[in-house]
Amino acid sequence: MAKFFTKEHEWVEIEGDQATIGISGHAAHELGDITFVELPQMGKSVKQFDTLAGIESVKAASDIYAPISGRVVQVNDKLEDAPELVNESAEADGWICKLEGGDPAELGSLMDAAAYAEYLKGL
Amino acid sequence: MEDLKATPLRTHHEELKALMAPFGGWLMPIQYAGIIAEHKWCREKAALFDICHMGEFLFRGDIAADGLEDVFTFSVKGIPVGRSRYGFLLNEAGGVIDDLIVFRLAENEVMIVVNAATIGNDFSIIGSRLKNGAKLSDISAGTGKLDLQGPLSREVLVGLFGSEIGAISFFKFIRTRILGVDAVVSRTGYTGELGYEIFLPSEKVAELWELLLKDPRVAPAGLGSRDLLRLEVGYSLYGSDLDESTTPLAAGLSSFVNLEKEFVGKEALLKEASQGPAKVKIAFRVGSRRAPRHHYEICHEGVQVGSVTSGAFSPMLSCGIGLGFVNPEAAALGTRLVVRHDKVEMEAEVVELPFYGGGSLRA
Repeated sequence: MAKFFTKEHEWVEIEGDQATIGISGHAAHELGDITFVELPQMGKSVKQFDTLAGIESVKAASDIYAPISGRVVQVNDKLEDAPELVNESAEADGWICKLEGGDPAELGSLMDAAAYAEYLKGL
Repeated sequence: MEDLKATPLRTHHEELKALMAPFGGWLMPIQYAGIIAEHKWCREKAALFDICHMGEFLFRGDIAADGLEDVFTFSVKGIPVGRSRYGFLLNEAGGVIDDLIVFRLAENEVMIVVNAATIGNDFSIIGSRLKNGAKLSDISAGTGKLDLQGPLSREVLVGLFGSEIGAISFFKFIRTRILGVDAVVSRTGYTGELGYEIFLPSEKVAELWELLLKDPRVAPAGLGSRDLLRLEVGYSLYGSDLDESTTPLAAGLSSFVNLEKEFVGKEALLKEASQGPAKVKIAFRVGSRRAPRHHYEICHEGVQVGSVTSGAFSPMLSCGIGLGFVNPEAAALGTRLVVRHDKVEMEAEVVELPFYGGGSLRA
């Protein structure tokens, strides 16, 4: 399954009934060195575009919004001691968490990779 | 950004793909390879900083008779030639107009190094406190400044310019010739590491920058890592931790104030010393990797007691660290605090400075 992106630079990738969430490589680069990831509570339920997690870099603290609704079933606890993984691999090993129970129809309000690349050009 | 001033190295920074941002009226490099990587390089090797934005004044005259002795919180007369001293220019209320370093170049010659954003104001205030038409000149435009900081900085400079530099001890300097021009090489810095500040004519800055960067032990570092490095050793940043409404006593910097001599602001400080300051500076460690940031609230037992003036994630301590000002009753070492901003909350504890004392500063 392909990745879909939000205007706030989160990505989501759905495999089976799980949605993996992260921030885009562009966002990680813009944030600079990432020093802390506030992982969501396991079991937490969020609606699409609700605040899901937090991220801090040497420059700023930002929220991470849920690109899709769902319940948190897994968090990437490697980020607790190595948040720099997000800089190194924002769209793979640096994933933030996995959600279940979302509605894939919500992907319709997101951008695919090509549309997101276009969107970045316009920023 | 049209009104921003640029250092002689602007195109060099752009070629290195530095992230540039305004600082104190200047367009300055914030980072090159990355703030954390540059911080590490400075703690382990030798980092090169473009500090040409800072201001330099030259005083020529009789230090006592012309009034310079009474301008700062320390005695200028008492600085031996070849040494420098850190201290403050105060207003009548004892507030800090600037923190600065005075270099005693000769019996009747002194260089004053000040912050970039305060150059104009400092120059007029210092000038107004001098007597007998003493000569004070602002030599900032013609003076470049490069800082080489880190445990390998000495061997790099000795290799290039000879062993005389290797013999300079902490807060001493030499006047020497570098690249065919007069330069001041000072064993001072803002990082907590062994390091040097090199003052030389602006037109030679690019040549020195290029020469130093040819050495594989040297890498460029920006103001982002510089801020992190100084905070880990607890140095104050003017404009954040110090300003015109803050006295050196409140800021815990009374060791740079000599109450045995006269200076503007002394009466206010004596009064404050007898009453105790309303707010005092604290250093605190956060119990997680979260970074406190400027203006975050500091709370004690559920009540706001102050606010954060500097904060960051410390790579050396792997936790958040910060400086702030609080009511005196919340300032004791070991006091448990909560630092808060919107929905972010972090537990913290008052600790001693420096946060990080393992640097090569006095090596």
